Amino acid sequence: MPKLLIDEQEIEVPEGMTVLQAAEMLGIEIPVFCYHPKLSIAGNCRMCLVEMDKSPKPIASCAMPANEGMVIRTQTPMVKKARQGVLEFLLINHPLDCPICDQGGECDLQDITMAYGGDTSRFNLNKRAVPDKEFGPLIETAMNRCIQCTRCIRFATEIAGVPELGATGRGEDMEIGTYVQKTITSELSGNLIDICPVGALTSKPYNFRGRPWELSSTPSVDVLDAVGCSIRIDTRGRDVMRILPRANDEVNENWISDKTRFACDGLKYQRLDRPYVRGEDGRLKPVGWDEAFDVIVDRLQHIPGNHVAAIVGDMVDAEAMIALKDLMTAMGSPHIDCRQDGVLIGTGPRCSYLFNTTIAGVERADFCLLIGTNPRWEAPLINTRIRKNYLFTGLPVALIGPFHEQGYPVDHLGNDPLILEKIRNGRHPISAALKAAKHPMMILGVGGRVFICVKYLILIRRPATRGGG
Amino acid sequence: MLKDSDRIFTNLYGRHDWHLKGAKKRGDWDKTKSLMAKGQQWIIDEVALSCLRGRGGAGFPTGRKWCFLPKDDGVTPRYLVINADESEPGTCKDRDILRHEPQKLVEGALLAGFAIGSNTGYIYIRGEFHREAEHLETAIAEAYEAGLLGKNAAGSGWDFNLYVHRGAGAYICGEETALLESLEGRKGFPRLKPPFPAVVGLYGCPTIVNNVETIAVVPTILRRGGAWFAGIGTPDNTGPRIFCISGHVNAPCNVEEASGIPLKELIEEHAGGVRGGWNNLLAVIPGGSSVPLIPAEVCGKVLMDTPSLACFNSSLGTGAVIVMDKSTDIVRAIARLSKFYMHESCGQCTPCREGTGWMWRMLIRLADGIGTIEDIDRLEDVTYEIEGHTICGLGDAAAWPVQGLIRHFRPELERRIRARKAA
Repeated sequence: MPKLLIDEQEIEVPEGMTVLQAAEMLGIEIPVFCYHPKLSIAGNCRMCLVEMDKSPKPIASCAMPANEGMVIRTQTPMVKKARQGVLEFLLINHPLDCPICDQGGECDLQDITMAYGGDTSRFNLNKRAVPDKEFGPLIETAMNRCIQCTRCIRFATEIAGVPELGATGRGEDMEIGTYVQKTITSELSGNLIDICPVGALTSKPYNFRGRPWELSSTPSVDVLDAVGCSIRIDTRGRDVMRILPRANDEVNENWISDKTRFACDGLKYQRLDRPYVRGEDGRLKPVGWDEAFDVIVDRLQHIPGNHVAAIVGDMVDAEAMIALKDLMTAMGSPHIDCRQDGVLIGTGPRCSYLFNTTIAGVERADFCLLIGTNPRWEAPLINTRIRKNYLFTGLPVALIGPFHEQGYPVDHLGNDPLILEKIRNGRHPISAALKAAKHPMMILGVGGRVFICVKYLILIRRPATRGGG
Repeated sequence: MLKDSDRIFTNLYGRHDWHLKGAKKRGDWDKTKSLMAKGQQWIIDEVALSCLRGRGGAGFPTGRKWCFLPKDDGVTPRYLVINADESEPGTCKDRDILRHEPQKLVEGALLAGFAIGSNTGYIYIRGEFHREAEHLETAIAEAYEAGLLGKNAAGSGWDFNLYVHRGAGAYICGEETALLESLEGRKGFPRLKPPFPAVVGLYGCPTIVNNVETIAVVPTILRRGGAWFAGIGTPDNTGPRIFCISGHVNAPCNVEEASGIPLKELIEEHAGGVRGGWNNLLAVIPGGSSVPLIPAEVCGKVLMDTPSLACFNSSLGTGAVIVMDKSTDIVRAIARLSKFYMHESCGQCTPCREGTGWMWRMLIRLADGIGTIEDIDRLEDVTYEIEGHTICGLGDAAAWPVQGLIRHFRPELERRIRARKAA
């Protein structure tokens, strides 16, 4: 455990930590643009320069490993000058867009310039202009504002697993883009908006809709997939304006999926907010609640209670469901369901339908078997964990069911549920690997629930009840 | 003056056969096996004793660099990478070695590779060096054929393979870590240091990156002894080295001379003197385009070694002497260098990406006298904001020539501004 001195304060940090992280532990703020705790270190913005004893040049604290006996200073004239210099360079080609920029008010460049920058600009020449890029329907670009921190490139390559972003050109002609114009094909593309420290990448649906200081935030949990990401709901008055992630290392780290982020659009637009009744001509026409209830009463009166069935949608709240259930019970109908796809849930111990591995535990798995699931679409943040594990340990992943590209190699065993029987009997090539694995993990998806009969469900359930991960 | 008997590159001018047969006649590959039989440590010790400094520009002691390699674990391969991406304006010494003395480089690669425990060497050659790459590839093929490379190279029992990799024409790929990135097939962006290539280099393995000239002098050092090499030149800069003299001299040339030779002697003896006589001299850039220039009054007394040039805020760099006589528009000359660095900046880190263009734009305005006296201070301040704040040395290399210009020619800059105001 190296011990070092930062601004006269001594601290002991675990091996492999950087000077920046050590300073953070001491509560010393070092401004950064390119550094992001969840991405690889690029060290290219040069904002985090600090002074180190015995080094004639300032060092990039984000990239310098903390070593025994280092003496670091973050408040010297040399550091101040270096920070002002870097900010001046970043600003000479940064447009004065702040009044019309969606990032205004939550912009790292604004904040850091206020805190560490010089007072005026000495640049009296023309600014560089960069053509905007088209990244699809979710991300708006204003590439003039880009400071080439490469966070977006690193996110797309490392976390999302879609190496579609990159830098073309060199020197001051360097531009961030998709090489050939295309939509970003990631389920996590909205996170590019969050990690962009300036207003180069902003949310297209939210474009020019609100300012951060007008919004009030409510911490919440996402319900759009089974991951339950920690989110923050930003509202203005009674309108939900946008959804942002909250950092939670146990669940979603710093990210959320595009579905989570952009679904709030549906609360305002094309929302089913009044009853409709099908008329004589076969067309739906909007009616008032009284009229709607009259129609319901009229229809139900002439049918025996147990000839009526009720089904509720995925997004219905618990109160409405209970009201429907009470109605059905009163009518004497036992035919109620909440599933629209006929999946087999079965009955059994609680661990048979839970994600026992835990989301953070995916990183510890040493074998992964996917059954009838496409995690990339169904739970993108589980998929990032699997991918992370694959990147660090080479996690072997096998799949039974329809094949989809996941962003890591998947051994497709086939579509037949009988393969499970073979695996159990030790007659399948992966049986041995699965048996040898210390932390095997199986994900049974909705698809699996549909095509696997109860018998095989029991097979899968067995390791779960044993407490296996 | 270097004695003829002390010259290492006896075919520098290509007057003799550059093929293996001719090279052997000049003493290359003579008892290479017995040199290697003395052991890896002996080679490293001999190179350290010679005080050989890297010839690529930074001048780091080669023996010390080789000692930075971590202990051999017997599993991780080590690599020798030879930097033949010579692109510094004014520098053309490696080109002549590649053209006329390729066997010296090939033999040096084997000896250096053996010394550092590497079985694989790569030569990263500048893309524009088309004929040179042909010569090099021929030389390597001849060496393979003669059993001097490959399995049991030169009968020494050591296996050594040497590959040529051609660059695509970016100056930044001459920076050692950008070169490794390029060699691995990625964009030539310099890496963060630490870790240094000696610990984490090519494909994540320990790697030694050396300049062509550095490697090419190793066989001669081993044959004649490190003490012989250390006895030539000054204590800080030993041995003969190739100077490239270009610009306003009567006979521009590459010449092998002792390190530490007086600059005036170098220009007068070998390059036929300054065009129009010594008094017509305006300034000299003594070590390739990236070092600060020195004015004429300094040129008469300075020695071509590190401490002497450091006294005048310059450095030896690659040993490429660019001579400028009084007909030179010094501001435009430095502005042109600035444009070069702007064009070659990789764009990875902020100060160099944004600063090199700003410097060039200010300089071309100042060359016409556009601006105010404060613009000169602003320009100088910008150079200090770039210098030392970048990932690699290109930021420094871009800032130094401009600093040299302002240090020595500020009156000229001010004169132009005033003249334009008056007009």
